[in-house]
Amino acid sequence: MTFTIPIDNGDAVKNAEADSQRTLYPYVTGTSIVAIKYKDGVLMASDMGGSYGSTLRYKNIERVKAIGKHSLLGASGEISDFQEILRYLDELVLNDNMWDDGNSFGPKEVHNYLTRVMYNRRNKFNPLWNTLVLGGVKNGESYLGMVSMIGVSFEDNHVATGFGNHLARPILRDEWRADLSFEEGVKLLEKCMRVLLYRDRSAINKLQIAKITEEGVTVSQPYSLKTFWEFQAFHNPTAGAQGSW
Amino acid sequence: MSEVPPKGGFSFDLCKRNDMLIQKGLKAPSFLKTGTTIVGLIFKDGVILGADTRATEGPIVADKNCEKIHYMAPNIYCCGAGTAADTEAVTDMVSSQLRLHRYQTGRDSRVITALTLLKKHLFSYQGHVSAALVLGGVDITGPHLHTIYPHGSTDTLPFATMGSGSLAAMSVFEAKYKEGLTRDEGIKLVAEAICSGIFNDLGSGSNVDICVITKGNKEYLRNYMEPNPRTYVSSKGYSFTKKTEVLRTKITPLMERVEITEVGEAMEE
Repeated sequence: MTFTIPIDNGDAVKNAEADSQRTLYPYVTGTSIVAIKYKDGVLMASDMGGSYGSTLRYKNIERVKAIGKHSLLGASGEISDFQEILRYLDELVLNDNMWDDGNSFGPKEVHNYLTRVMYNRRNKFNPLWNTLVLGGVKNGESYLGMVSMIGVSFEDNHVATGFGNHLARPILRDEWRADLSFEEGVKLLEKCMRVLLYRDRSAINKLQIAKITEEGVTVSQPYSLKTFWEFQAFHNPTAGAQGSW
Repeated sequence: MSEVPPKGGFSFDLCKRNDMLIQKGLKAPSFLKTGTTIVGLIFKDGVILGADTRATEGPIVADKNCEKIHYMAPNIYCCGAGTAADTEAVTDMVSSQLRLHRYQTGRDSRVITALTLLKKHLFSYQGHVSAALVLGGVDITGPHLHTIYPHGSTDTLPFATMGSGSLAAMSVFEAKYKEGLTRDEGIKLVAEAICSGIFNDLGSGSNVDICVITKGNKEYLRNYMEPNPRTYVSSKGYSFTKKTEVLRTKITPLMERVEITEVGEAMEE
């Protein structure tokens, strides 16, 4: 067990120096995550970019990780807070394994734990600046849920974070079905990720799709999407409006 | 002392007095916004414009069935998002200017004329005229589609969306738009994009209006789709409780009923 001696600067809300210990704004951020339940489990897609403000600083960040045997965790928002959450979950899963009782954490349990952690931090005015997506399969039952940085938590058949809320949700609401096959699910996610690539300034054309089924977790190799820029109107946009742009 | 006539442009005379009033605690009157989804796309033979029909005043729906596709010229229509008064006034004004120009030149109006008149006006007001427009039409040079932002910048695009529901509508366009759509495919896509805005954006709702403009012809399909009908309508109509005996029936018309047959262009309010 590690003991941490708390640095007593006083109440963070009243004392200005104590502010240096609260998260005020995010620095290195990941953009949207889009996830859906499909026939055999859950599919989750994310790109691999980490932006530092308006600079694309890191292009090889894995924002989807396996948790235990039954869950997948995807995060958008502050990357360092995501890494901290992974450490918390590591400790949690380790302690659970030490019981050695044949039982292991399912997605529902992990989701509940994360909800408590996020809400607790929010109440102390020191949030973990992430929106988390938790998907998994246990005993044949698929589960997909989301927790935001203020502790809002819910479960749904399809979720999207960040810009995906505005751009991917309408597509998912229209086209999701309960009996999607793997290929159809991937096509649907790619459709959403392509729109995000066109219209989200912090998205990059390098994405990973993770799949979780009863058998386990597979995270795909990074790949890129084909984009189309050959509309006639883009070739000479001001043909009809000389002098305009 | 000779009076120098004002040169035009925005008059800032009342700003100091307004500031003083706000400081003294006056609440500025709220304005009617059209939190909106408006779209346009170019198809094989021309331009299709679409809009939802909800006008909001903060969190309240002020008008369930307003008209957001404004007439500019027989071959040019303009959808407006932002402050309802601003979009109405600015399109009305430019529509009058275009008509006078048509009388003077003896030719049909061109879309870039409307574009230049609108952007000059909006730029001179530095964004205070809160009108975001999707302007579309077919003139002698072909079909054109433009977006105009409140500060006066414009874009020329094959497909465009504006308003609070623009992201929801744009996701449909980005996923499904192709060049050379037929009329029916185009109308279906525009209706889908507006429905996406209606169901996924809180500022948009009610019905779908569509306007199809081709060379020499235009069709204004008011309330093309009504995907939000009243959920529960009593089929019996209104009936009095208990058995009420009707003694006498007298109907007094309050207003003279006049039948109007629409000839030519639809009447603008």
